[in-house]
Amino acid sequence: MTAIALRGLSLRVRRRSAAVCAALVVATFAASVLSVGTGDFPLSVGEVLAVLAGQGDPAATFIVETLRLPRVLTALLVGGAFGIAGAIFQSVSRNPLGSPDIIGFTMGSVTGAFVVILWLDGTTFQIALGAVCGGMVTAIAVYLLALQGGGLQGYRLVLVGIGASAMLLAVNDYLITRATRDDAFQAAHWMIGSVNGRGWEHVWPVAAALAVLVPAALMLARPLAMLELGDDAARALGVPAERSRLALVFVAVGLTAVATASTGPIAFVALAAPQIARRLTRAAAPGLVSAGLMGALLLVASDLIAQRLLSVDLPVGIMTGALGGIYLGWLLFSGWGRT
Amino acid sequence: MSVLATPVPAERRRALTRAAGLPIAAAALVAVILLSIAVGAKSIPIGDVIDGVLRDDGSESAAIVRELRVPRTLVGLAVGMSLGVAGALMQALTRNPLADPGLLGIEAGASAAVVVAIAWLGLSQPRAYVWFAFAGAALASVVVYVLGSRGRAGATPVRLALSGTAVAAALTAFVYGVTLLDPEAFDEFRFWDVGSLVGRDLTILRDVGPFLLAGLVLAVALARPLNALAMGDDSGRALGAHIGRTRAFGALAITLLCGGATAVAGPIWFVGLAIPHLARAIAGPDQRWVIAYSVLLAPILLVGADVVGRVIVRPGELEVGIITALVGAPVFIALVRRTRIAQL
Amino acid sequence: MTRLRAEELELAYDERVVTERLGIEIPDGSFTIIVGPNACGKTTLLRALARLLKPRRGGVYLDGELITSQPSKEVARRLGLLPQSAIAPDGITAADLVARGRYPHQRLLRQWSRDDERAVAEAMAATGVSDLANRIVDELSGGQRQRVWLAMALAQETPIMLLDEPTTFLDIAHQVEVLDLCADLHAEQGRTLVAVLHDLNHACRYATHLVAMRDGAIVAQGEPSDTVSAELVEEVFGLPCRVIDDPETGTPLVVPNARRVRAP
Repeated sequence: MTAIALRGLSLRVRRRSAAVCAALVVATFAASVLSVGTGDFPLSVGEVLAVLAGQGDPAATFIVETLRLPRVLTALLVGGAFGIAGAIFQSVSRNPLGSPDIIGFTMGSVTGAFVVILWLDGTTFQIALGAVCGGMVTAIAVYLLALQGGGLQGYRLVLVGIGASAMLLAVNDYLITRATRDDAFQAAHWMIGSVNGRGWEHVWPVAAALAVLVPAALMLARPLAMLELGDDAARALGVPAERSRLALVFVAVGLTAVATASTGPIAFVALAAPQIARRLTRAAAPGLVSAGLMGALLLVASDLIAQRLLSVDLPVGIMTGALGGIYLGWLLFSGWGRT
Repeated sequence: MSVLATPVPAERRRALTRAAGLPIAAAALVAVILLSIAVGAKSIPIGDVIDGVLRDDGSESAAIVRELRVPRTLVGLAVGMSLGVAGALMQALTRNPLADPGLLGIEAGASAAVVVAIAWLGLSQPRAYVWFAFAGAALASVVVYVLGSRGRAGATPVRLALSGTAVAAALTAFVYGVTLLDPEAFDEFRFWDVGSLVGRDLTILRDVGPFLLAGLVLAVALARPLNALAMGDDSGRALGAHIGRTRAFGALAITLLCGGATAVAGPIWFVGLAIPHLARAIAGPDQRWVIAYSVLLAPILLVGADVVGRVIVRPGELEVGIITALVGAPVFIALVRRTRIAQL
Repeated sequence: MTRLRAEELELAYDERVVTERLGIEIPDGSFTIIVGPNACGKTTLLRALARLLKPRRGGVYLDGELITSQPSKEVARRLGLLPQSAIAPDGITAADLVARGRYPHQRLLRQWSRDDERAVAEAMAATGVSDLANRIVDELSGGQRQRVWLAMALAQETPIMLLDEPTTFLDIAHQVEVLDLCADLHAEQGRTLVAVLHDLNHACRYATHLVAMRDGAIVAQGEPSDTVSAELVEEVFGLPCRVIDDPETGTPLVVPNARRVRAP
């Protein structure tokens, strides 16, 4: 543990966590550079770095700036958003398998998007809007349904969210079986999540939202840590339990909404990133920063692998899905010895 | 007569309800069966329906009744019974009132395996791919259970539900990955994944039926050991039950019932959740009665939902899987709200 | 002088009313112990004092002001709680857990100071868990874990501490250890302690102010030797007994009447 004291500001930082975060930043940068260089017109690392430094040749600069950079930035920002949201949901639900699914957001966003794609035949922007609306409405409904006399209980939120998801799954099934084959295919593609074809119009809204939500999340990080001790202990330490939890869920839903609007609900980043980060830092605190960095790395790396592996533009969601399955398998075996 | 031999009034009332309820449930089941044969997307007068059942006179109505409705009803019966009993077994084995074959990812496991069999191995006969369904159901059960038991408190209802969600999500991603690369497969799969009795005929029942029957028989045999387990593993051992064996056979029965039902009709949720609760409400916690009532009540729900689906959007149809989810999910949420936190 | 008191408390859970018009004054610098049979409302009262339960009527007053109208963090600097149902986050070390107790004294920009460092070290030394600092809390024994939680409450550095059944689930040696520790905190550091205990004899031994409750009302309160008698125990607990002097401390010792005496 190192204490950092600057004028007016004093923090305590775990050396290991700081080291892990630094390593994640380096790895993410490396993966991003490689990803920028991947595609129909491959660019070497040197060429990419040259462009980023403002010294590249016009052709390379054009490709990077109009095609590659926005795609990679989207992946970075969305991955980070999912990572932080996942960490918050897991902490609030006190379960390492918590994710935006638990509040029904993922299914709700799929329903919203499906309605726009399959009934309203909407534009990309409208699809995103539909997704966000669907997700938010579901999240609010789940929250209200989980609320009871004694206030919101983490477990109830999880279960009501899972129930709502099941219901919306049926609705989505209905929508997708009543559509034409092409429409259904398009809808399924959206559902899987992808960064293909993401341009600057995707980057700016996400960046703007993150500029607000990430600081909010960081400010709420310590109340989040106190809430992990149980509501009684948290209240005894001066944390307003109900209000803090509501604020945290709100921030997490906001992050998820913005990310989903941009790329669709990419599987498993929110689930796996916080847990992998936690295993690396070996810290007991919620670790929002490390989770966010891990999420960014996961998404950029998955996209890189997906692009290099197959010549067809594989949606990154399939790759994260595959990695997610492997992750679950690892979770399974690593917990084997413990009862 | 000693004090202990005289049943308490409340107990006697319950014993009466239990006994009287069975014939009533059976009668209701028969009524639903008849309704299922008589009602459909196409209106057929009741006289023609009866004629069609009794003999094949070559008319279109008779064909519909004999080749579509009767088989569909029988399949619905079998699938309903299997799911209801599977749910009862799961709830008893895990001591979790929120267990359901769909919720806990077991049906997702079976579906994913079936998709693999059909899309990659080209198996189109239920006789062939049902084995994959069993394998998928078994694997999913193990994974969900082990994942859900990590940590200090063990397999609480919340952990199992979360575990089921995570595993189902992984399987969904996998299945979508497989099918999105092949538009033909995707097109077929999106219909299969809904959970429906449409197009299921007696051949599929003939192929899978024996397994469902085996699972049912096993479940009935396990009823008494499960009673002993109800208070906890230690109490169960003290009462002479073989914990390991009961668990293993229970898992086998669940695999047969869930895997088989999913192989026949696709994933259908919440039947296995709601029916055991209803059975317990009528008959109490004795597993012998719970299973007996589940056998009768679950098909009423499933076939009934199928009938509603045929009627509600005439001349189209709403698949039974969609109806059970739209009805079952609110029931599930209501159950969650009612259950005390400590039990979750 | 009483910094913590309650007046006309009506406490209820949903439909069940636990206390009506209950008033209590916690003497400053006392080691107050509340006893009573199950469901008499002692834990409910403690939770109300800790502002975890909002009273339907009446109020709890800290330093003369209604506790619910004061900012929670402010209150947390003066009133500490050792809760019964606290959860240790997965994988947290003892030192980290104790450090969380400093939260009421920290701000967004001042998250860790030398004061915090000192308070944590002192709290861990007082509870004897300094050498467990880097151990994972989950892996400690019941007694050790309870001492770590106590250290966390101590690190909060509050003049008043509430303890909700601090000795339940501990074996007798650890029970005495924790209570002796509390007695030290009270005597040497001058803190006001309010505890709910199950064991009447422990309560008699350690309390400077005993409060006996039954059915949501206070039946008697005062110095144990003045308050506890066989009649009181019978009235509050429904237990026929006799009360003698504890040979070690001279405080009342309750000896239940025997129904059956084993033949020698």
